[in-house]
Amino acid sequence: MIGVWDALMGLGDVLAQHVILAACAIGLGIAVALPLAVWASRSQAVSRGALGFASLVQTIPALALLALFFPILLSLRAVFGEGLPTLGFLPALLALSLYALLPILRNAVTAQTNLDPGVIEAANGVGMSFWQRLRLVEAPLAAPYVMAGIRTAAVWTIGAATLSTTIGQPSLGDPIFAGLQTQNWSLVLAGCIASAGLAIVADALLGTIEAGFRRRDRRLWLGGAIAVAVGVAAAFVSQVDWSRDDGRETIVIGTKQFSEQLILGRLVGEQLEDAGYDVEYREGLGSAVVAQAVANGSIDIYFDYTGTIWANQMKRTDNPGRDAMYEAIVKWEREVQGTRVLGKLGFENAYAFAMREDRARELGIASIEDLARAAPRLVAGGDPEWFERPEWFAVRDAYGLNFSNERNFSPTFMYNALRSGDADVIAAYTSDGRIAADNLVILEDPREALPSYDTLIILSPERANDERLIAALRPLLGSINVEAMREANFSVDRTDGDKKTPREAARWLAGEVGLE
Amino acid sequence: MAASLAFEGVTKRYDSTRALAGIDLAIEPGSFVALVGASGSGKSTLLKTINRLVEPTEGRVLLDGQDVAASDPTAMRRTTGYVFQRIGLFPHMSVAENIAIGPRLVGEKLGEDRIGELLSLVDLDPAMASRLPEELSGGQQQRVGVARALAGNPSLLLMDEPFGALDPVTRDALGTRVRDLHETLDLTTIMVTHDMAEALILADRVLVMDGGRIVADETPQALSRGKGGEVAQELVAVPRHQAEKLKGLEG
Repeated sequence: MIGVWDALMGLGDVLAQHVILAACAIGLGIAVALPLAVWASRSQAVSRGALGFASLVQTIPALALLALFFPILLSLRAVFGEGLPTLGFLPALLALSLYALLPILRNAVTAQTNLDPGVIEAANGVGMSFWQRLRLVEAPLAAPYVMAGIRTAAVWTIGAATLSTTIGQPSLGDPIFAGLQTQNWSLVLAGCIASAGLAIVADALLGTIEAGFRRRDRRLWLGGAIAVAVGVAAAFVSQVDWSRDDGRETIVIGTKQFSEQLILGRLVGEQLEDAGYDVEYREGLGSAVVAQAVANGSIDIYFDYTGTIWANQMKRTDNPGRDAMYEAIVKWEREVQGTRVLGKLGFENAYAFAMREDRARELGIASIEDLARAAPRLVAGGDPEWFERPEWFAVRDAYGLNFSNERNFSPTFMYNALRSGDADVIAAYTSDGRIAADNLVILEDPREALPSYDTLIILSPERANDERLIAALRPLLGSINVEAMREANFSVDRTDGDKKTPREAARWLAGEVGLE
Repeated sequence: MAASLAFEGVTKRYDSTRALAGIDLAIEPGSFVALVGASGSGKSTLLKTINRLVEPTEGRVLLDGQDVAASDPTAMRRTTGYVFQRIGLFPHMSVAENIAIGPRLVGEKLGEDRIGELLSLVDLDPAMASRLPEELSGGQQQRVGVARALAGNPSLLLMDEPFGALDPVTRDALGTRVRDLHETLDLTTIMVTHDMAEALILADRVLVMDGGRIVADETPQALSRGKGGEVAQELVAVPRHQAEKLKGLEG
């Protein structure tokens, strides 16, 4: 539990960002929902249309809604110009506002339809104008119901905001996702406690305002409103960069969701801090999102693998060999994306088939050719992407692989499945520390069906010719061997003994490969 | 100064039904007119064409010689008293705030004295000013409704089934009170009711409506003497019959 406490203490910054994001999203949701509700109260068609739309939005999973705003904003660049952010705060704000819309709108519309018709007749009868009726009668009478809707929206939004981590907006999802990846349950628990705690506090304060409206107790609702305002203001103040004048440039490093990427991010980040830069991290981004983010300059640096770029971004299915592939990628990144491939870090993180050593020996399997013969009796496991990836189709067709069953696991559970016998063979990653730790064998690929996966450092177009930055990064090129990377990865992934955080592992790795 | 009213060919159609079928009518300043008829006869619709809660399909309504369609409806309603069955006190406002709402809409503040005076006019204790409507009985609430209607010093008082939801004792007392106020405040009063007895007792002119038309236009005296035609006499028969029964009980 001490770990959880320490983790909680380190969440101040993401808590503030979470509060700002949720507050802005609820604010925007209110700003859209209330006028819409007033309009809906005057028109049946608007009422049906608005409520139908908001209900439809609600059925979209929050994670998907957040992800959808990336392509939407990308296409909107045609209208608003290239400066429109496609990652981070803006898409998170828009998605969460849409999510907040329904409860506020529904309560506001319900409150209006349930207003005593006699009161409305009286308002008209004494000669109120549209605005007087709204301000003096409808708004005060609907306020407690609207407030209850805002309360529901706040609890939903605070929960859903944890998912904005996946589109590059720091939030209380950061510790949750990082913890899930590295099996650091203290971190996951701390993120959950902070997020739930925030939701409970917000619910209580907004509930106080609601009760104040209901009892027409000005002190009560004003007190609640002030408490909310102070909390949100504190979050904003904490995010003001007081050290603006230190003259240090800020570099944003983006990483994907798994341990190796988190370690590399911290490794490079510390090198850059030593070189006099301020560093921000966007950790846990989706694979496609991070590549787009570097191309549009939302992040400055990220790490990718040749095979991934080849198949996912260039949509190539052939395999011209390691060097030709690298050259083609450098050219493609420069000409199509405007980004710069600075070079290779020195190790590969390729897909490869791995089996338990005892099981492989028992079945007499040493290569994928051997595997193909035994495949109809075996269960294969892969990460959620694997059986949809072109590499799988390539290797399957090259060897005629036909397993009795194909199962998806999250990367962590994939190795557990191998250990427990739920899978006989998995599509593992060659730099994964668990290969050595679990005593696994990598099957040979004599037909070279699986492409290479050299790890690359890629710079955004704005940084492509930044000589100072490049000079700081150059010592990293070719410096990391796969054995050191495996060990660093394992030190983060392991669940027992000497478990490290990505930052600690990065420091160890820097020492191991002589970067200090 | 009491208001004069005139209706010229006022017709109201809702899709296929005709709620008002060409009403022509003149109302003298200072008269107390009752509109009587069964549900759906058009009496409420006719009343609401005056303060434009209902807009006629054809024809026009003249208030002191001016076509109400040419007036600003909100401004005109603020100077016209309106009392209706559902009362419609604003539940989030105190009695005083409810009474002062009309003047407040035009930026005038109604003094404590004036509110107390208005409460006294409807036989309520001025100390009730700070109460909320939910703390009052139904009869007290409608008294506040009448006070609210009088707050803007109207020359015209419109009442749509004003006492319909009240118990008979309160109903009688408040009816008498309103009739007195009609005299002392020099009002023109139009009251919609389905209760012929109430109309006969309070009004000095009774209009009987049926199917969107005025089928009788008589004084209470003439109606009680059997004038006004079949529809009117059916309505008069009810209280007459009741009165005879009561007389019979007395022996």
